[in-house]
Amino acid sequence: MIIAKPKPIEEIAASIENRNKVLVAGCDGCVTVCEAGGMKEVQIVASALRMFFKQQGKDKTIDELSLTRQCDRPYIEELQERINDYDAVVSLACGAGVQFLAEMYRGKVILPGVNTCFIGVTEQRGEWTERCQACGDCMLGSTGGICPIARCSKRMANGPCGGSSNGKCEINKEIDCGWQLIYERLKELGELDRFERPTDAKNWSTSRDGGPRKVIKEVSQA
Amino acid sequence: MSYPTNVKIIKLPCSGRAEIIHLMKAFEEGADGVFVAGCLEGDCHYQTGNLRAKKRVAYVREMLDQVGVGGERIVMYNLSAGQGPRFAEIAREMTEKVRQLGPSPIRVAKQKAAQSVSKEAA
Repeated sequence: MIIAKPKPIEEIAASIENRNKVLVAGCDGCVTVCEAGGMKEVQIVASALRMFFKQQGKDKTIDELSLTRQCDRPYIEELQERINDYDAVVSLACGAGVQFLAEMYRGKVILPGVNTCFIGVTEQRGEWTERCQACGDCMLGSTGGICPIARCSKRMANGPCGGSSNGKCEINKEIDCGWQLIYERLKELGELDRFERPTDAKNWSTSRDGGPRKVIKEVSQA
Repeated sequence: MSYPTNVKIIKLPCSGRAEIIHLMKAFEEGADGVFVAGCLEGDCHYQTGNLRAKKRVAYVREMLDQVGVGGERIVMYNLSAGQGPRFAEIAREMTEKVRQLGPSPIRVAKQKAAQSVSKEAA
């Protein structure tokens, strides 16, 4: 899922300082699971903002709502009737949701309430780690199910590098060396011969190097 | 057992039931201070309810600092159900602490707003 973390209240408050009617809009998708932007967080952020402005003697309307998903038009269309009641919307969805709202409601100020971080997993409650960088050309099949793009700090396709020490990465002793993990896993699988041939040059045109991306599945199109 | 009458008790089956939003709402409605009275650490009937409450209180404290209400207005205490006198002592201690801090800025702002509305009406 997409992992995000809440922006500091002061930052959100500064962004709506000159707006009187604000809607805090959550998303029931990924950001709910990573506890950054679901209905619970919407209530907390809205309550904090109301207190922030109340004690400054500013009387603002700050309402709350959460949409099933902010990355699908039918769900954000649900705002159609209400959105004109507000001067601005603080979206607690990931960057995709914020942008989709802004695209649909062109005359409305849409502000981000979270920082979108990465595609990752829940290690345990309250802890999320990165697993995928959406490079568009998955090589997990030849790396023991461990991604060298997401897990190696240098995104090396052939590793480990000289900075790997006792299984840890040179940038931080708490970070596992991705290629050490790949080596251990392939050893367990009895596939160490994988290391006898280098990985072919990676085609980065499917990643960000090819500009903004698009996926089309014709059979599903209307 | 007597404790200050200004303390309003919200009964919960476990301090772990108190969610962040419940604590925030108390302040938003104008409470001058909130203390969460959980069981002694290690004695939670639900294993970790009081430890969860402790984390949530710490979270709300930070949030109150950010919004300018002041994190020192929320405190977590641990005591057993058999410690009635200790409860009364905590209630007095907390009341004294809050009295020193003065009224919550939210309550002050609410009163000001209400006064200006009544002036307009008059």
